[in-house]
Amino acid sequence: MSQHKKENMEAYWKENLKILAILLTIWFAVSFGAGILFVDALDTIKVGGFPLGFWFAQQGSIYTFVILIFVYVWLMNRLDRKYDFHEE
Amino acid sequence: MDTQTLIYMFVGASFALYIGIAIWSRAGSTSEYYVASGGVHPIANGMATGADWMSAASFISMAGIISFVGRDGAVYLMGWTGGYVLLAMCLAPYLRKFGKFTVPEFVGERYYSQTARVVAVICVIFISFTYVAGQMRGVGIVFSRYLEVDINTGVFIGMAIVFVYAVLGGMKGITYTQVAQYCVMIFAYMIPAIYISIMMTGNPIPQIGFGSTVSGSDVYLLDKLNGLSQELGFSQYTSGTKSTVDVFFITVALMVGTAGLPHVIVRFFTVPKVSDARLSAGYALLFIAILYTTAPAVASFARVNLIETVSNAEYQKLPTWFANWEKSGLIAWQDKNGDGKIQYVAGAPFNGAPAFAEGDVRGNSGERVVTNESTANGNELYVDRDIMVLANPEIAQLPGWVIALIAAGGLAAALSTAAGLLLVISTSISHDLLKSNLAPNINEKQELLAARLAAAAAIMVAGYFGINPPGFVAQVVAFAFGLAAASFFPAILMGIFNKKMNKEGAIAGMLVGLIFTFAYIVYFKFVNPAANTPDNWLFGVSPEGIGTFGMILNFVVSYAVSKVTPPPPEHIQHLVDDIRIPRGAGAPVADH
Repeated sequence: MSQHKKENMEAYWKENLKILAILLTIWFAVSFGAGILFVDALDTIKVGGFPLGFWFAQQGSIYTFVILIFVYVWLMNRLDRKYDFHEE
Repeated sequence: MDTQTLIYMFVGASFALYIGIAIWSRAGSTSEYYVASGGVHPIANGMATGADWMSAASFISMAGIISFVGRDGAVYLMGWTGGYVLLAMCLAPYLRKFGKFTVPEFVGERYYSQTARVVAVICVIFISFTYVAGQMRGVGIVFSRYLEVDINTGVFIGMAIVFVYAVLGGMKGITYTQVAQYCVMIFAYMIPAIYISIMMTGNPIPQIGFGSTVSGSDVYLLDKLNGLSQELGFSQYTSGTKSTVDVFFITVALMVGTAGLPHVIVRFFTVPKVSDARLSAGYALLFIAILYTTAPAVASFARVNLIETVSNAEYQKLPTWFANWEKSGLIAWQDKNGDGKIQYVAGAPFNGAPAFAEGDVRGNSGERVVTNESTANGNELYVDRDIMVLANPEIAQLPGWVIALIAAGGLAAALSTAAGLLLVISTSISHDLLKSNLAPNINEKQELLAARLAAAAAIMVAGYFGINPPGFVAQVVAFAFGLAAASFFPAILMGIFNKKMNKEGAIAGMLVGLIFTFAYIVYFKFVNPAANTPDNWLFGVSPEGIGTFGMILNFVVSYAVSKVTPPPPEHIQHLVDDIRIPRGAGAPVADH
């Protein structure tokens, strides 16, 4: 493996880990944060008929999960291209 | 046309469709049989993953469980969807780049060890059989209620159908059948939900409907439900009763377990490219989320409907669905105070499932007589949770074809998951045990034959469990997730993200995680069930959530052991480098 490719790979992997860290923090915050740890505090806020904590636990976290994966797909495709690791 | 004829038509048409697809897409090579030659479109794979994942439990039982436990039901909603985020970001693309047929194959190759591979095969077989037994039972129950055949006959018909398309078509057949099954089940789930949402709140979108006001009043549906629940002595619907620690651990175990289930992971081996594996995970979760965000809405609608219909109602004036489901034993009423009216309040009416008197013995109001000894509380009604989805269209007085659709949907859910699991079992036997260990000299044709024979044998065993369900089926489901969380997930994750993880670390970690989780569940579920209370649990974590602990132990032990043992050989470190970048993913190939 050439030195250039090796450096390229390490930089690519580092950026990949950064993307993961950011997205998984959001993943944790909406489910374990809003849906479990702070659910009772959020329940004091009402949005329509939903107590907010209850809404995150049964609805909001799932919507966020779906969005997170599509954002990940978009970011990774961009990253693959930037480092020229994308598939032909 | 009467409802029964409609049910026969819908179920018959859906079965004909599945068999037609199986014949059209039968597999001719091991690559087609194991991973559909890696040529499945990401959207099709997303639908297939949805059907593969959403079992009889998701379709029939989940809304019912939520209905009875309220907010705590969120552990299933978040647990069974959040895992896809982990799968999409941490496992699927890399395993696709690795480009082999099975999960044990990755474990064996990454940890350069046949021992690791065999440990993985044993886990795969155990997890998958645990799961498949429940599916066959689900098929039997749907058949017996809707097609009025014996449960055992129902299981046989289900076995025959799965046999045709799993044995003939392999992964290729299963994939396209699952796409059809996803469409059937999502229609079957959504149509009654939309109907009921319009009826109860005037809003056609159930996800919004259950946060809206009840039609013709300005009271929010959830407030009304909280009020009704409290009036009858239940806890508030929108607040929880489980401890925060336990909810947290169960959710982690379910999420991580989901990401580690072999029949789900293997679906991502079937798409052409690494970027498709990522995209496909997004579609899979989107398709799953449609049902999973509707389920809690259905749960609250059904709960309000049930309470309003039965509470203090005279038995003789109840709608006909009550007697129908009483006949199949999912509802039972014991008129404790002899007033002919149903008192439905908190507490179990009697201990255990209802035991009906021999023959068709009827009580004073015409109800089926239950021989269980009454409990001291005032509750007279036994309701099986499954009824919340199965009987929902009848409770809401929907037309006959909607009921027929539910029957076809329930069968689609159970059959699609059963087929996916059976394929994983047969693949581990023919590819990971036979070809790589016991009989490496067999040619491709013989391996394909072995895979088909293994699938056929697995169907027989699954059918046996469907007909003679071990009493512990419901309890062992905790096993499947706990073990997947404590074994596969850490091993695969470290295999990708930690280049220095070696065979000694991975095997030690898997064994410690497995044995700890296994022992904890066995102790509280089988050896000493009486001690299964929060006071005795380790840090207040129930057996359902203990897989999280097993996973942490696995990580810690693996890391510690890998620090004091030799690092993996050079070529393994290169393998890890290679799977980290997308370019160069070919169609999956065998390693021999």
